[in-house]
Amino acid sequence: MGGSITAIGLALAAIGAGIGIGQIGGRAMDAIARQPEAVGDIRANMILTAALVEGAALIAMVLAYIL
Amino acid sequence: MRNILLIFALIFSTSGMLLAQDHDHADHSDDATHQEESHEAHDDHEHGTAAHDEHSDHAEHGDHEHGHCFCDSGHAEEGFIVSETAFHHIGDANAFHVWGDLYIPLPCILYAPDHGWNVMMASKFDMGGHGNGALAIDRYVIVHGGVMRIEDESFPMGEVAIECIGHEIDEEGSEHPIVGYNGNCYQLESKSTLDQGVFGGGITSYYDFSITKNVFTMLLVFVLLLWMFTSVAKAYKKRRGQAPRGMQGLMEPVILFIQDEVAKPFLGAKYGRYLPFLLSIFFFILGLNLIGQVPFFPGSANVTGNLGVTFVLALFTFFVVNFSGNKHYWEHVFWMPGVPAWVKTILTPVEFLGLFIKPFTLMLRLFANITAGHIVIISFVGLIFIFGNSGESVGGSTVGVLASVPLTMFMMAIELLVAFIQAFVFTLLAASYIGAAIEEPHH
Repeated sequence: MGGSITAIGLALAAIGAGIGIGQIGGRAMDAIARQPEAVGDIRANMILTAALVEGAALIAMVLAYIL
Repeated sequence: MRNILLIFALIFSTSGMLLAQDHDHADHSDDATHQEESHEAHDDHEHGTAAHDEHSDHAEHGDHEHGHCFCDSGHAEEGFIVSETAFHHIGDANAFHVWGDLYIPLPCILYAPDHGWNVMMASKFDMGGHGNGALAIDRYVIVHGGVMRIEDESFPMGEVAIECIGHEIDEEGSEHPIVGYNGNCYQLESKSTLDQGVFGGGITSYYDFSITKNVFTMLLVFVLLLWMFTSVAKAYKKRRGQAPRGMQGLMEPVILFIQDEVAKPFLGAKYGRYLPFLLSIFFFILGLNLIGQVPFFPGSANVTGNLGVTFVLALFTFFVVNFSGNKHYWEHVFWMPGVPAWVKTILTPVEFLGLFIKPFTLMLRLFANITAGHIVIISFVGLIFIFGNSGESVGGSTVGVLASVPLTMFMMAIELLVAFIQAFVFTLLAASYIGAAIEEPHH
C-alpha cells in the first residue's frame, strides 16, 4: 500500500460514504423524533439504505486497490 | 493472534509489560539465529542495503546459482511494521498459534499433479518463531503458519532442513518470501487459496485442501449450529404447547426477529420457502463473526474476513435470487416496461451488470467490515510495540499500553456490534434481493 494515489482514492471513497451515511442517519433520527412509534420500520430501512450507500463506497475502494 | 493474546495478558496481569519484553527478545533472537544459520554470517544492520542489492540482482537474473542467500533483509532495520503484522494475523494458517513457539497443529492435505498427495500434521514442519518451519517436506515449507511450495524443481524431495526463511523485495517493491538452502535462495509459489488467486496469486502447481484455521472454525460453527438447532427443534416437538425453556429461550426471539423483521416484509406470503436459507446464512455469519472475536484457540480465525468465504456466501445468494426470479423480474432486467426504447439500450446493460454487482457488494461488505475491524484492533495493539520501540523502551511501552488498552477495548465493543449488524445486513439484503425477484406484478 504505502502513501500513494490509492490512499487518496480510499480516502475519497470513505468521505463519500461518510457524508451519505451521515445524511441517512440524521434523517432517520429526525423521522424517529417525529414518529417514535415507527422506530422499527425506520431502523430497518435506515440500515438497508446505509448498506447500499456503503456498497458504492466499497466498489470504489476495491477499484482503487486493483487499478 | 499473538498480539491480541498479549493484550489480554496485559489487561489481566500486572506482569504484562515483562511479557511484551520477553516477546520481543524472542523475536530478536529469532532474527539472530536466522543470521547465524545463513550461509555467510553478516551484520544485517550495517549491510542492509548491500543485502538489498544482492536480492534485486537475484530477482533480475531469475535464478539462484550465483552465490549466497541472505534471508533477513527488509525486516530487521525497519523494526516493527504494523501493516505487515496485521496482514499476517488476519490471514489463514495451518496451525493455531498459542504462545511463543507453541502451536496447535492442523492437518495439511496437499496435492500436486507431479507428485501426488501429501497428508501430514503441520507440526511435522517443526515450526518456530513467526510460524516458520525448519523443515521442507517434499518441497513444501511452512511460512508464517501457512504451507507454500518451493518453485524450483531441482530442490530435493523428502524432509530437508532449510537454513532460513526470509523475504526479498522485487523490482515492483513488493515482498516475497524466500527459502535459503545450501547457500541458495529459492522462490516460493503463491499460496493455493481462492482469494490469493483473485488478487494476483495466479495458478499454482499444487492444490491445498488443508484443514486450515478457517476451515476448522467453519466446521466448528457448523457442528455447533447443528447441535443448537436440532436440540431446539426436538424441544419444540417434545414440549408442544408449553413455554420455551433453555436453549429455546435463546433462539426463539432471534428466529422470530428474522422471520418478522426480515423475511415477512420483503418476501410477502411466500416467506416460508426462503426462511431456512435466510436463517442459515444469518446464524452461520453471526457464529463466525462472534467466534472470530475470540482471540485464542477456538476463535482467532478470521473466517468472515476472508474473501473466499464471503464469495461463496454471496454466490449462494446469487443462485437463490436468480433461480427464484419470475418472468416479471427478468422482464425488468432485460426489457424494462414503460420506458422509451433508447432508454432501454442504456438501462438493460446497467440492470444486467446489477445482477452481478449485488452479490459482489454483498461479498465485499462483509469481508471489508470484518477485516477492517481486525486490522484496527491489531494496529492499536501495535501501538505498544511502536511506542516501546520494539521492546527496547519500557517507558514507551507503558505509554503504549495506557493508550492501547482502552482503544482496543472500545474497538472490540464496536466489533461486537458490527458482528451482529453485518450478519443482519447480509440477511436483510439477501431477503430484499429475493423479494425483488419473486415480486408479483400489481396492476
